[in-house]
Amino acid sequence: MADQTLDAKGLNCPLPILKAKKAIMALPPGGTLEVLATDPGAVKDFAAFSRTTGHELVEQTTEGNVFRFVLRRKA
Amino acid sequence: MADASGTKSMSIIVTKGSLDWAYPPFILSTTAAAMGLNVTLFFTFYGLSLLLKNLDLKMTPLGNPAMKMPMMGGHMGMPNFASMIPGVDAGATVMMQNMMKKKGVASIPELRALALESEVRMIACQMTMDLFEYTLDDMIPGIELGGAATYIEVATQSEINLFI
Repeated sequence: MADQTLDAKGLNCPLPILKAKKAIMALPPGGTLEVLATDPGAVKDFAAFSRTTGHELVEQTTEGNVFRFVLRRKA
Repeated sequence: MADASGTKSMSIIVTKGSLDWAYPPFILSTTAAAMGLNVTLFFTFYGLSLLLKNLDLKMTPLGNPAMKMPMMGGHMGMPNFASMIPGVDAGATVMMQNMMKKKGVASIPELRALALESEVRMIACQMTMDLFEYTLDDMIPGIELGGAATYIEVATQSEINLFI
């Protein structure tokens, strides 16, 4: 289980990323954030966000039309 | 270039102030800031309207043959003469705003507030402020004034420099 969940379903680019950034910075280093999104662009965008910021993308799954990401805040 | 802490930078020259063209600079600047970059926006000419306290963004299909709105299962453009009819541009603006709301796209006031919150540096071009007779009182707080040299200095220190 992630420490915190962000429901970004129904939001379009770039809101899932912007909200995820805010939510992850509210966690302690090493804390995990689960993000739920329906924007298909989020799949590539969260991977790029993770590579650029160093917040690790530890999990990524798809259930129906919902994309689920788990990010771990950089230490 | 990346500063001592390794932080990268991006600058954008913002020259357009219609509802549709307001999106790219605010989307890219908020996203870059969220990805840890230092971001500077330099607003000049019609881009200055994006800094006004009272945002009143409009758009027009005039001279824009690529603007085709989803309608009745297809896509419909509008002939140029239609824009001469009073109310058509206002209608197109409302239609775009409704479409964006329905699709979960952020509004420009929302994105602009997020940009300010994430410390995106906003510089209004002094020359065009004078040209169009705007004062800092017309603009949102938190912005600064500068000229071409101010921008060029920022650009020499940035990995990404865009013109919109």
